[in-house]
Amino acid sequence: MCDTCGCSADGGAVLRKPGESDYLMYVSDGNHGYTHHHAGEEHHSSANVQGEHHDHAHDYHHHESITRKIVLEQDVLQKNNLLAERNRGYFEARHIFALNFLSSPGSGKTTLLEIIIPLLQQRIPVAVIEGDQQTTNDADRIHALGVPVIQINTGSGCHLDALMVNRAVKELEVQDNSLLCIENVGNLVCPALFDLGEALKVVIISVTEGDDKPLKYPTMFHEADLCILNKIDLLPYVEFDVAKCRENAMRVNHHLEWFEVSAKSGEGLAILLEWLEHRLSHH
Amino acid sequence: MHEMSIAMSIVESVVAHAQKEGALRISGVELLVGKLAGIEAESLKFCFSAAAAGTLAAKALLVVEEPEGVGECGECGMRFQVTFYYAECPKCRSLRITIVSGEEFLIQSITIEEEGEQENV
Ligand SMILES: Nc1nc2c(ncn2[C@@H]2O[C@H](COP(=O)(O)OP(=O)(O)OP(=O)(O)O)[C@@H](O)[C@H]2O)c(=O)[nH]1
Ligand SMILES: [Mg+2]
Ligand SMILES: [Zn+2]
Ligand SMILES: [Zn+2]
Ligand SMILES: [Zn+2]
Repeated sequence: MCDTCGCSADGGAVLRKPGESDYLMYVSDGNHGYTHHHAGEEHHSSANVQGEHHDHAHDYHHHESITRKIVLEQDVLQKNNLLAERNRGYFEARHIFALNFLSSPGSGKTTLLEIIIPLLQQRIPVAVIEGDQQTTNDADRIHALGVPVIQINTGSGCHLDALMVNRAVKELEVQDNSLLCIENVGNLVCPALFDLGEALKVVIISVTEGDDKPLKYPTMFHEADLCILNKIDLLPYVEFDVAKCRENAMRVNHHLEWFEVSAKSGEGLAILLEWLEHRLSHH
Repeated sequence: MHEMSIAMSIVESVVAHAQKEGALRISGVELLVGKLAGIEAESLKFCFSAAAAGTLAAKALLVVEEPEGVGECGECGMRFQVTFYYAECPKCRSLRITIVSGEEFLIQSITIEEEGEQENV
């Protein structure tokens, strides 16, 4: 168990569907695909090896073991990256436009989906994958819109990975020529490292957070394609410098597309939707 | 930071390699973690020992090399050290900088122990 991250070795993710209380799928061999089971076996075999010798420390030189260095030069995230590329290929082949929504907890990912999906649905079928550590609350909210949705509960895991999305897409039966919105676990750190195979990463910050967020979490803003500043209806009540926040975001990533919206009042959404529809039609 | 599940996937990967090589145990693991990779090397080291417990890598010495970030100016071609994703060229003040190093995140090598000659038989 890790204090900084909260992930634990037994953090297997599960899939759930709103309105189907008897549905439950385990996502096995995730990125945390190391099992204790395995560890136990290895422990046994190494204990046996040591058991062949006796307990005195100097017995060690009775047994000569050879040391050998093996050069691997292997990308640590390779396993996830390979699976993400497979997802990407699958999405492209079936003309599924996948968006990965990322933010701190509570910035408004689900609220934004609730307001844009009914509008987008008029021109393209939409499906949603919801990622949270626990509960089907967010999937229930999307289910109420009448679009296909599946919930991934990551348990102790703090982000979605490509394997979870791979399984969820199969269970969800996403239509060809559709838009797939993936709401990641609320976290500005870890999800930045895990490619899911999406076409675009959308990072959301809200005006109740600090305008220095992009500088504090540069990896996320560096990886994102779009940045949506949400809750602008609250600007009169909070100390938040929009221009400075935007400048900070652009310093980390000058390719970032910038939008300012309120998922509550609907302000700014027309520009965002126009941009998304343009991307969809050129997809 | 996500170091625990990262540490577990590193352990999983090095143990699989070591098993394939028929190793008795892993005595060393070398990682390359660029300063811009978004990984906290200190907590990775901490998590590694927890993740390695009870595996072939339980006694492995983890060495983490952390290459500096290096940017290259898109205007004048100058290369210089950066500590962040954005930077200004120290020579021509351009902001068109490409990161050329510092984002690495690799398992560089493992050192394994294999069964050798028994000198007292
Ligand atoms: N005033 C205001 N409140 C908002 C806006 N968007 C979302 N909220 C509120 O912010 C809270 C969190 O919104 P959610 O949409 O659940 O946030 P989330 O990012 O999905 O949260 P997690 O899934 O828990 O990470 C709710 O109480 C929303 O009503 C907005 O534009 N303006
Ligand atoms: Mg949500
Ligand atoms: Zn994690
Ligand atoms: Zn984490
Ligand atoms: Zn220059």
